Amino acid sequence: MPLFLLQLVGTSAVAPTGVIRWIWLAVAFPLLGFLVNGALALFRPGARRAVSVVGSGSVIAAFLVAAAGFLQLRADHPEGPVVVDLWSWIKSGSLDVVFSFQVDQLSAVMLLVVTGVGSLIHLYSIGYMREDEGYARFFSYLNLFIVFMLVLVLGSNLPVSFVGWEGVGLCSYLLIGFWYGDKANADAGKKAFLMNRIGDFGVLVAMFIIWWNLKTLDFAGISSVAPRYMAEGGFIVTLVTLMLFLGCTGKSAQLPLYTWLPDAMAGPTPVSALIHAATMVTAGVYLVARTNILFALAPTSAAVVAGVGALTALYAASIGLRQYDIKRVLAYSTISQLGYMFLAVGTGAYVAGMFHLVTHAFFKALLFLGAGSVIYALHRAYHATHSHEDPQDMRNMGGLRRRLPWTFALMLIATLAISGIPPLSGFFSKDEILAAAFGRGETAPIWMVFWAMGLLAALLTAFYMMRLLAMTFLGESRTGAAEQEHLREAPWIMTGPLVGLGILSVLGGLVNLPAFIGGPAALEHWLEPVLEGALRMVPVRLPHGPAEAVLIGGAVVVGVAGLVLGWRWTLARPIPVAREAPPETGFAKVLFRKYYVDEIYNAVIVRPLVGLSRWVLWKGMDQGLIDGAGVHGSARLARALGWLGSRLQSGQLGLYVIVFLIGAVWLIRAVAD
Amino acid sequence: MALGPALLVSALLFTIGVAGVLIRRNAIVLFMCIELMLNAVNLSFIALSQVLGLAGQVMVFFVMTVAAAEAAVGLAIIVAIFRHTRSVDLKNINLLRG
Repeated sequence: MPLFLLQLVGTSAVAPTGVIRWIWLAVAFPLLGFLVNGALALFRPGARRAVSVVGSGSVIAAFLVAAAGFLQLRADHPEGPVVVDLWSWIKSGSLDVVFSFQVDQLSAVMLLVVTGVGSLIHLYSIGYMREDEGYARFFSYLNLFIVFMLVLVLGSNLPVSFVGWEGVGLCSYLLIGFWYGDKANADAGKKAFLMNRIGDFGVLVAMFIIWWNLKTLDFAGISSVAPRYMAEGGFIVTLVTLMLFLGCTGKSAQLPLYTWLPDAMAGPTPVSALIHAATMVTAGVYLVARTNILFALAPTSAAVVAGVGALTALYAASIGLRQYDIKRVLAYSTISQLGYMFLAVGTGAYVAGMFHLVTHAFFKALLFLGAGSVIYALHRAYHATHSHEDPQDMRNMGGLRRRLPWTFALMLIATLAISGIPPLSGFFSKDEILAAAFGRGETAPIWMVFWAMGLLAALLTAFYMMRLLAMTFLGESRTGAAEQEHLREAPWIMTGPLVGLGILSVLGGLVNLPAFIGGPAALEHWLEPVLEGALRMVPVRLPHGPAEAVLIGGAVVVGVAGLVLGWRWTLARPIPVAREAPPETGFAKVLFRKYYVDEIYNAVIVRPLVGLSRWVLWKGMDQGLIDGAGVHGSARLARALGWLGSRLQSGQLGLYVIVFLIGAVWLIRAVAD
Repeated sequence: MALGPALLVSALLFTIGVAGVLIRRNAIVLFMCIELMLNAVNLSFIALSQVLGLAGQVMVFFVMTVAAAEAAVGLAIIVAIFRHTRSVDLKNINLLRG
């Protein structure tokens, strides 16, 4: 049967019904917000009230649309993904890319997380960015980010999703370098953009290969055609999935392309919470879940995904042990938690991965926003006393629980959640990932290693999170006596979203209460239609009976042990203020310097590349070959020929006549012959 | 008129004209040499028209017309050059040298 017929048979997309027809409004509202805020940023930068209303309102409106779409989807129980065609985008030969949105169980979950957490963070930003010069610019960028994130999530084929994929990278760049007056911030933005480009190359290559082999780029088409045209474990599907995963390592900050994320903390804290913790960096996990059928067909790639995830989880957690910048600790924590998600999706436990994605979005956004409140308080205090200390260095904090009780309580909740303490959200999702890895280990022993790495990472996670909490909120204050009276809780517009995220962090587990405690496993059933094909090929085996109890108990013990160790160890001896801190020594220094990976990348990749660009491409190719031989050379050649020709033009008539005569005689002779 | 001597005179005149153009530097002389060449051609036209028909004689009228026009323009240019440089020596007139 020719391919194009199969394509028609294969696409099981369902026509949209009810509010889902209007799902594009979820993108249109933030887009409108971006345009209005952008115009205000250009022409009325002082109109803060209007910017706040438009900026937050548009995202809340998008959330309402998303919620309505979700309810409709739940009521309809469609057979396949609901595809909303908007317009024909690229039409060339047999390639026909329609700009269309796909609403299915998977994208609906992401839609709710992005717009929901996004709304809270937009509200928080009203307070956090209040005194910033670029208030309107900030909100226009943030709105634009939501637009692209939703395009990424909703895209029904790879090219449309790729538009969002690139767009969020752009917004990430704009927002990391938001305070571009400082060159370090601009450099951080550039670094993020360039490292993401490396990953994007992988996605593009994967798209080309998929098109070449399957003649379709629709997600629905791929999942129905791929099993027929790609041999299981074959070279093509392995290459495609590895290329996709290369993109994921860039976007989701996994080994080896993770180094941009800690630097991305140069951006405003709400940006770190929204883009670099809750939403954009999870796009890689989403992409793997979206193309689950391909990863199910490529067991080698799936093992690579799980292995890289487990390694990243452990590796980043170890760096987090010895960082002092509060946001950097959280950045490494994010990398580590993303590693967990990749461990899950690589294992085939897509539900666990998505579950952790959701709960992580809640508690990590809470942690970042809480850190933002702390930085906000310290910044104001230092500002009031005209001190130039670093408001992000945890060595300058301590004892803040008395000054910021709300923030402390909420950060404590988030810390317990990320450490996997029951019954908070992180416990359920992390436990499910570890259980899935363990279960897979019964048939594929390598997964036992991944499981052990994950468990160790959980210990480190609890340790560094408790260290963060203890250094920031517990013990004696190191902020300075003059600053004490200026330290106070942030306004309600900032604390309010924190409370909202705190509630979500506590209750997030309800999304997918596992069967072993009599829960309905709601998310698992919800995602079933999307994951059916992949789960049939690579089933998730969760351990049952005593093994399960031991696993859960072990995970909890590890979490508690990490917390206690972190607490005792951090407060065991007095912490010097950042200014007076002694230099790190031994292995602590290696951790503090992040295993020198930035230095290694600089020496091995950046410097040779800069050298190549400067001495070969710039001086050699551009100035030497193109300018020298090409541009100047051709001019010199023309001038030399012209000079030769001009020697004939002596201006002496006699000479001309002689030449003319010789020519005439020769001509006559030629005719006469 | 005998054909042979007429053509001989014509060739003689033409050669004298060419030689003049090649050797002399005075613009007026040069000009006269060109006229000489034109008239040498005229002479051969006339002579050959005895054998080949009247077309040659018609051509002579054209040549004379063109020569007259050329003389008018050429002499005017020479006068203008003389006014400008106080000389009609072609050695000094080499504005188009490359």
